[in-house]
Amino acid sequence: MAVITYREALNQALAEEMERDPDVFLMGEEVGVYNGAYKVSKGLLEKFGDMRVVDTPITELGFAGLGVGAAMTGIRPVIEFMTWNFAILAFDQIFNSAAKMRSMSGGQFKMPITFRGPTGAALQLAAQHSQALESQVAHYPGVKVVVPGTPADAKGLLKAAIRDDDPVCVFEGEMLYNLKGEVPEDDDYIIPLGVADLKREGSDVSIITHGKMIHTALQAAAQMEKDGVSVEVLDLRSLRPLDTDAIMRTVAKTNRVVLVEEGWAFGGITATIAAMIQEEAFDMLDAPILRVTQADVPMPYAKAMEKAAKPSVELVIQKLNQVLYR
Amino acid sequence: MADDKKKDTSAAVTETVQAEDRSPEAAAEAGGELDRASQTEHKPRLSDEERMQGLSPDQLKKMMYDMLLARRLEEKVAEAYALGRIGGFCHLYIGQEAVAIGAISAQTPDDYVMTAYREHVHALQCGITPGAIMAELYGRADGCSKGKGGSMHMFSAEHNYLGGHGIVGGQIPLALGVAWKIKYRKEDRVIQVYCGEAAVNQGAFHESLNMAALWKIPMILIVENNRFGMGTAWERASSLYDIYQKATAYAMPSAVADGMDVLDMYRVTKEAVERARSGGGPTLIEARTYRFVGHSMSDPVSGVYRTKEDVENEKANDPIRIFADLLARQNILSQEELEKMDEEVKRVSEEAADFAEKSPEPEVSELYTEIYAEENVNGRLYFDMRER
Repeated sequence: MAVITYREALNQALAEEMERDPDVFLMGEEVGVYNGAYKVSKGLLEKFGDMRVVDTPITELGFAGLGVGAAMTGIRPVIEFMTWNFAILAFDQIFNSAAKMRSMSGGQFKMPITFRGPTGAALQLAAQHSQALESQVAHYPGVKVVVPGTPADAKGLLKAAIRDDDPVCVFEGEMLYNLKGEVPEDDDYIIPLGVADLKREGSDVSIITHGKMIHTALQAAAQMEKDGVSVEVLDLRSLRPLDTDAIMRTVAKTNRVVLVEEGWAFGGITATIAAMIQEEAFDMLDAPILRVTQADVPMPYAKAMEKAAKPSVELVIQKLNQVLYR
Repeated sequence: MADDKKKDTSAAVTETVQAEDRSPEAAAEAGGELDRASQTEHKPRLSDEERMQGLSPDQLKKMMYDMLLARRLEEKVAEAYALGRIGGFCHLYIGQEAVAIGAISAQTPDDYVMTAYREHVHALQCGITPGAIMAELYGRADGCSKGKGGSMHMFSAEHNYLGGHGIVGGQIPLALGVAWKIKYRKEDRVIQVYCGEAAVNQGAFHESLNMAALWKIPMILIVENNRFGMGTAWERASSLYDIYQKATAYAMPSAVADGMDVLDMYRVTKEAVERARSGGGPTLIEARTYRFVGHSMSDPVSGVYRTKEDVENEKANDPIRIFADLLARQNILSQEELEKMDEEVKRVSEEAADFAEKSPEPEVSELYTEIYAEENVNGRLYFDMRER
């Protein structure tokens, strides 16, 4: 298998799906001539032309809505948001239109659209550019949400998203674009939506997480191993649909859970999962479920404050020790 | 002066019109006068022959039938609402019938229509049966959205009717996408999208106009200017009185149509449809109309933001009366034939209500269907305790 970056994996997914299906097109700010703000769409304009790789004005609500209308009448748009932070301007179209079209039409219209772009904090970008918004989007029934954490997952999940007949929101880690990993080259390499992946097996305690945070979790697990603690890391990969079977399996195995997410605690993904484990698997728990999230504040600019606000390896280790009563 | 301008614009197609004096000051000054002007008797500028545009007697009678059916069906809706048979928000189109009927008659069933929440007549004109509309309003299984949409979300893929949408202005970008698809697939089609005048102050309107004009895609945006955004008069909500002028900011052709005259709507829209079909891109049409009823069933016809006299004066311009007079003058439809037609549409409306009444409630077990494409996916889609 070739070792490529997360960015190249996404690029391959787009190119292969556009090659396979002439109804797939990519639209967004600077996806064409500029090759993409994060270079995910590099070379696609040259290959597919300007009806299929479309530069838009800076108008998120407008072009997101365009994608929804186009999907409603039978073609398959991939809408790139330069970052999910800007997609907030388009949330009306994602939540009020894309998520509900099938339902409110009594099943008459499908919605084969993919919305994608980077999420989460990078380095010192301050409050408006450092938000992990996947919990807000996953809040709405009618959408699907995936959060790939590795290059292989990025390719397989994006291809699955493009082939899906529902609106799928792909949250790419802003800090992951340069991450390298082995990626299958098969044209039909697909990771089905709703299937979690055990990124590390362990027996003493489980970390359940997604996206960029799997790397924080894996680092914490490696450090705990030196202390003789065996940590399992479950990467959800998909938030809606959610692989609840995999969650229950790991809870049943270790009986102790730490949940980690990059976003805020209130109404977060970890809040939903904690409630679900409590409702459905309370008897399996040997300790209270603990969570690690971003500090409940807008992200500050100053370096030290930013570091303190983000979920860290140290915090995860602290919570792991707490559920192990160490 | 203002009187002349009003008459002028209400009857004329105005291609990317030169700016009139519509500064906020002038608009404020002219506001009252414009209102009075529109309350005078309806005097179209064109002759009857010009207005009829070579439409056959059968086509003209069909338009009359459609207008009457729209009116009587909605009167039946109001009755059923009062009896508690229909729930939720319900926005009637009474007074505005000429707009949708004239405009939709100007395109073919292969073309698309999309609108906002005052949508019963658009749905009807696209070919959804009165029974399926009424059943949707009743929340029944035979409704055009199987009871899941209601008054504001009627759909029919079969009739290229792309729905009723409930967020002010939110449907305009969707229509832009349909027009984009038409271009992408190189189809010989257009889309008509409707919004109320209040929606033109939304960002969605401006973003869409810019892209539609930039890419020359076949979208016809019809602004139904009934002069009140819920209870706020247009002149209290917009710095610019003449909506069609907003198109000039996007180098887009625009026109004003008399929204009380079905034939003027037909004429102006037909021109826009032809332009769109021949690759000439989008058009903005301002249809000047008036609703004879409240914003929704919960809003009284008059009292708070307009007087009873205002509404009564406007009723002198009832689009059905104006059209019936023309057809009588031209010996196309006699008073007697009109009355017969009226009996017929009343019967159709009654039958629609009966059909709705007899249609079953949707199964509650349908609660979790038709939300996603597949019912059995990997992983879990729903997170309450109800569905298991």
